[in-house]
Amino acid sequence: MEFPGVFNYWASIILMMIGFYVVIAQGNLVKKIFGLNIFQVSVFLFYISMSKVDGGAAPILDDRYQVYSNPLPHVLILTAIVVGVATMSLGLALIVRIRDAYGTIEEEEIERQEAEMP
Amino acid sequence: MIDLIDMVLLLIMIAVALGFVFIRNLFAIVMLSGIFSLTAATLYVVMDAVDVAFTEAAVGAGIATVLGIVALSLTGKTDEAPSTRSNIGPFLVTMLTGTILINATFDMPNYGDPEAPIHQHVAPRYIQQSGDEIGVPNIVTSVLASYRGYDTLGEVVVVFTAACGVLALLGRRRRPGRRPKEKIGAGADAETRQ
Amino acid sequence: MIGKSILRVTPKVLIPAIMLFGLYVQFHGDYGPGGGFQAGVIFAAAVIVYGLLFGTHKARRVIPPGIVRFFLAFGVLLYAGTGVAGMLLGGNFLDYDVLAHDPVHGQHIGILVIEFGVGATVAAAMITIFLTFAGHDRPLEDK
Repeated sequence: MEFPGVFNYWASIILMMIGFYVVIAQGNLVKKIFGLNIFQVSVFLFYISMSKVDGGAAPILDDRYQVYSNPLPHVLILTAIVVGVATMSLGLALIVRIRDAYGTIEEEEIERQEAEMP
Repeated sequence: MIDLIDMVLLLIMIAVALGFVFIRNLFAIVMLSGIFSLTAATLYVVMDAVDVAFTEAAVGAGIATVLGIVALSLTGKTDEAPSTRSNIGPFLVTMLTGTILINATFDMPNYGDPEAPIHQHVAPRYIQQSGDEIGVPNIVTSVLASYRGYDTLGEVVVVFTAACGVLALLGRRRRPGRRPKEKIGAGADAETRQ
Repeated sequence: MIGKSILRVTPKVLIPAIMLFGLYVQFHGDYGPGGGFQAGVIFAAAVIVYGLLFGTHKARRVIPPGIVRFFLAFGVLLYAGTGVAGMLLGGNFLDYDVLAHDPVHGQHIGILVIEFGVGATVAAAMITIFLTFAGHDRPLEDK
């Protein structure tokens, strides 16, 4: 297999697994949200890596170019980024409300308070 | 050369992402997230996705960082509490999933392969016909707004709904001093607000 | 803000430039990188810079929440309304060919209008999210 081969896909899988680890292993809710952010960006990278064509130009039509990268994944990811930040802010809003109710954003502390409640 | 840039940027992103695992200061995490997004935006430019890079730089590195800092100021904590749980279980799960996914990439076409299946289906039509059918040089805009208009309408509705959700969760202005002080505590806060 | 002359003067230079750039990205999206999503975010960034530097109370006075919420809904309605207009003129939902005499011209009008709708909703959503977060007062003291 010649370079770069599937290196981009490996890198996005490594990033995805780091994000996944942060989401499931860390107890802090804000950190979990940013872990989800890494996970999300890794998926974006994966899509954009697939859309690249060797020797292609950015998909803006011009007489000087014949080969363009695939525009379809660009469209999907462009909208997904904006939706991603909107949903991330919704998650942060939920965390702020959890903090208002429990006084903490640590998962273990919340579970302890839940267990103490009658 | 361009492949080398691509690889170096990916390694920078992996290094920054590892920082998320080991750094306990939440303010640093938000800043790292900005760096992560900006590096991703640079990488998108290398991969010819200029529109995506533009969006990521404006949204990921700009707005998301500001929102993260504002949310941190509301939660009022800058350091994460040390965890008491064992991390071996999550570590094994991620390693297993990662191995399976990497095993799956061997069936993928190489990076930049013009013969890959993804480039054979609708993309040639968008590239060849959109100039005559839509008359807009930027293919991404014509696909976004015209060919896949339904998709974009759905995404706009999601953004609208998310903003409504944030308004519903945090929007009500609370007058200070109205709530009885002694009731503040675990669970009691939620009851008083109903 | 008293005495912090850099923080007081810089935004006066920056904010008009950011807003102008937002409008450029909005209406030049057909020819270069850009479009409603990016323009909305950039326009919101101008308001967010203002809110960060001068406080959210002043930002609320510059752009009242009522107007922001109007544009939040207006963008979605404008987008969907363009689709319905296409239906009323005899085409399919979101088919811009029928909006003018010539299909390419119709596509131009359709894309311009829906990109404006996208920009309005995204800008209003980002401003709403920021002002709501920043305006939320903390009910609990740190434990």
